[in-house]
Amino acid sequence: MLIKASLLIQSKRRRGQLAALSIAAVVIMVGVPLWWRTTETYRAWLPVSQINELANMQLQLSADVEVVFARGTVTPEQQKKVPLTQTQDEEHTVDENTALRYRYEIRYRTATIMEEDALDQPTAAEADLSLHTLSESPCGSLVVYVIPESSSLLPEDMDVYIGQRRTALLRIGAQMRVGRTVEQLLAHLEPRIKQVLQVMSFSHTDITAALSDRVRLSPGNKESIADSMRAFKSSPGYEITFSLLNPDPKSHRLHWDIEGAVQTYIQPLLTKLAPVANFSLDSQTLYYAMLGVNPRFDSSSSAYTLNSDSLAHVINPVEARLGSNAASSNPVLNFLLYVPDAHHSPLYIHDNKKQEVPSNAFHSPRWGGIMVYNVNGFYRPEAVLPVDININMAKVMGVFLAQLRLLLGVQSSTAPPGFLMAPCGSTGLADWELDRLMWSRSVENVATATTTITSLAQLLDQIGNIVINDNIAEQVSSAVTSLQLAVAELEAGNLGFALQYSKEAIMASERAFFDPSLLHLLYFPDDQKFAIYIPLFLPMCVPILLSLLKIVSEARQKRREKQAKKD
Amino acid sequence: MKILTFFSLFSTFLSANSINVEENAGQFFSSGHTNNWAVLVCTSRFWFNYRHVANTLSVYRSVKRLGIPDSHIVLMLADDMACNHRNPKPATVFSHKNMELNVYGDDVEVDYRGYEVTVENFLRVLTGRLPPSTPRSKRLLSDDRSNILIYLTGHGGNGFLKFQDSEEISNVELADAFEQMWQKRRYNELLFIIDTCQGASMYERFYSPNLMALASSQVGEDSLSHQPDLAIGVHLMDRYTFYLLEFLEDIHPASKANMKDLFKVCPKSQCVSTPGHRTDLFLRDPGSALITDFFGSVRKVEITMETINLTDLIKEAEQKDNVQQMLEMVTNEMNILKLWFDSNKLSLNLNKTKFMIFGNHTTNIDVKIVIDNKTIERVYESKFLGVVLDHKLCWKPHIKYLCMKMARSIGILSKTR
Repeated sequence: MLIKASLLIQSKRRRGQLAALSIAAVVIMVGVPLWWRTTETYRAWLPVSQINELANMQLQLSADVEVVFARGTVTPEQQKKVPLTQTQDEEHTVDENTALRYRYEIRYRTATIMEEDALDQPTAAEADLSLHTLSESPCGSLVVYVIPESSSLLPEDMDVYIGQRRTALLRIGAQMRVGRTVEQLLAHLEPRIKQVLQVMSFSHTDITAALSDRVRLSPGNKESIADSMRAFKSSPGYEITFSLLNPDPKSHRLHWDIEGAVQTYIQPLLTKLAPVANFSLDSQTLYYAMLGVNPRFDSSSSAYTLNSDSLAHVINPVEARLGSNAASSNPVLNFLLYVPDAHHSPLYIHDNKKQEVPSNAFHSPRWGGIMVYNVNGFYRPEAVLPVDININMAKVMGVFLAQLRLLLGVQSSTAPPGFLMAPCGSTGLADWELDRLMWSRSVENVATATTTITSLAQLLDQIGNIVINDNIAEQVSSAVTSLQLAVAELEAGNLGFALQYSKEAIMASERAFFDPSLLHLLYFPDDQKFAIYIPLFLPMCVPILLSLLKIVSEARQKRREKQAKKD
Repeated sequence: MKILTFFSLFSTFLSANSINVEENAGQFFSSGHTNNWAVLVCTSRFWFNYRHVANTLSVYRSVKRLGIPDSHIVLMLADDMACNHRNPKPATVFSHKNMELNVYGDDVEVDYRGYEVTVENFLRVLTGRLPPSTPRSKRLLSDDRSNILIYLTGHGGNGFLKFQDSEEISNVELADAFEQMWQKRRYNELLFIIDTCQGASMYERFYSPNLMALASSQVGEDSLSHQPDLAIGVHLMDRYTFYLLEFLEDIHPASKANMKDLFKVCPKSQCVSTPGHRTDLFLRDPGSALITDFFGSVRKVEITMETINLTDLIKEAEQKDNVQQMLEMVTNEMNILKLWFDSNKLSLNLNKTKFMIFGNHTTNIDVKIVIDNKTIERVYESKFLGVVLDHKLCWKPHIKYLCMKMARSIGILSKTR
């Protein structure tokens, strides 16, 4: 009887032990992996090592220059000694992560007969035009024609003429007249060619300004701060809106051929800027739109004046009434043409020194421009109101084009002394200005895209709870590839391709960074995590743990008994 | 003697004036921002939280009065006060006792209303991670030169802020959101004002640069409401915002009051709680930051000094017309020619027909001649009677052709040596 009872108890105990052991086995082998898999967030693989490589940005910009010696600058024996090509490197370290290298590849040759004929024109402008007909330089390269000191192309005090395309005329200095060797000639030319390059291609200040996203440099002076704040940041598209403000429709019936004017004057510029960005244009007329400021009557010129302090308050009341295209989030450039009402005509803008501004227009950085167009001269005081007025679009568009150039970052920086600039061509943009813009935009895009990608990688690394979908990983990879290609093209000097790749890189990186699925809402402080898991797991785990402990202690006891029995 | 003193006084006045003008122009550029944005959020709903909506709408009014347009304001309100069935004066929200000031009006533009005011939408607006279909008015389209004002009001606690009685945002999430804004350079300077209980806990965790924060009460203190209106039956405003608005009433777009004056708003005697502020992350000295840098929108303005002379363009346009006219004439004549050929049972091989425009200036490449619906190919050089003619008549291709011919003969000659 007793043996049966003890056997029963033993079998019961063994059943109990088996049960505890199997539950523990299931929990550990099936439960824990299942819980791990179902609570982990999906994170696609990101090329982190490549991103970290990119974070350390070493940019190299290459520019090609062709130096053509015209007749009278080098003798034929010297011509043979002139090297065919010369490469110059300039290194700049901006900060610990960013280094820049500028490489100038200079090729020397003499002018062909046709070029000599072209240079035989009376003025520099005509010489420039005929030189253009001979050949076209590819994007990003320059041709500098060195003309003898006796040449009459340039006026007395000017040494360099910068043409409308990618050519410049450089007059050799007086000290190079007699008894100079090839080395002296080249040494004399080198700094001057570099100066021309800084104006026509890129200068260190421009490139570092383009890197402002990455490196917040302490501003040099007021002009540089103003310059950096004025132009819009690089964006794949812009919207331009032309608005005609008519506060007095009872007196003036205004007609403006905006479509024709845009086609003739603005569209060529925008077509030329097509590699840089897309533009969408629209126009509107606003009636009864007043300026928010009362102009003062100036009896000395019997006209109404707006001084520069009050200009700042003009824009806000008007801006509330300007619409914008709700579909896109591209930056908007507003150009307003204000025709003052009959009681406040004529209206002139005065600058700080109380002088009348010839263009009668002002612009606001990163916003747009306003021009005041006086129509009181178009009709006699006793005319029957309302009068029909046709606005002279050439004059208006001249001002708007100038403002558009400033706002887009085509810097008309003051030329160094001795430089004569050709007026920009029919499109409103010289080829070398376009090149300059493309250089700074490429660098800006590369810098911005790199910063975006690295900060995204950092963010995703820091916050372990964000889900990284496959499409984000794809965008990041494509951004990294485009960035690497853009840097390679910049190094090779292919400006067009570099800009294209940098645009692709920036679009991919922006799309990845601003993807709506990357929202970090999953902030759980650790004590909250414990508070969630403990009520679920503790009641289940405690009996199992206790029974496991009992099994272990019993096994140990049995072993001790066995030991004791042996002894 | 008197004239001398008068003269000297006058001259000093003039010089001081001119310095003022220069200073004004200089100050425009010292803050480094070109546009202003405001994000105003009221995180409560239900009738008894009337004062929070009135707070937000009053700040909205001041910000609009000082110049920030609706397109640059993101207003998030539950917007259930004006048309609430418990409102004795429907379509109004008052901020003053005795119904002095209706802040609702008829031109309030609420961007996120009702149940759209959630923590997720708020964070999406701040970080810019909105779905592509979001309209412009619901986005914060700031750039690296924008000064942003963020105003939050509602019920809060130590380290969190309650959104619509159902969820909460913690100070860590807010600090992370600001850091993401900084990484993407979405602001130049940011002013953060919060009017809730224990508001100072919300700015404790900030770590991004160029942030300035103000709160209505310290940790452990409650922010109290200001005045009940017996006709409406609820408290109309919170104390901190009430005194803040009194301060803002004296500010106009050209005012020179700075942030240090803002810190003095609502001392403990008036507010019962102790307002706090945090400026250690702000790079400029708060005394040099104007109130209008954040609350208003004073635009920087530059005079346009240059214009482009476009009268030359008209000449070019005329030239272009000439080319077009010529092309039209040519097309007409060619069509007549084709008709003659067809009527005389002769065939004109259009594939072998090419055209070339001689001229010195580079004409528009986009010229087409179409005969019988077939576009005629434009060439730039062509061999005719043994001479290679090119469109610029500079004879380069002909010389090249001759050189090639001669090179062949010279090669043969050299073999005979």
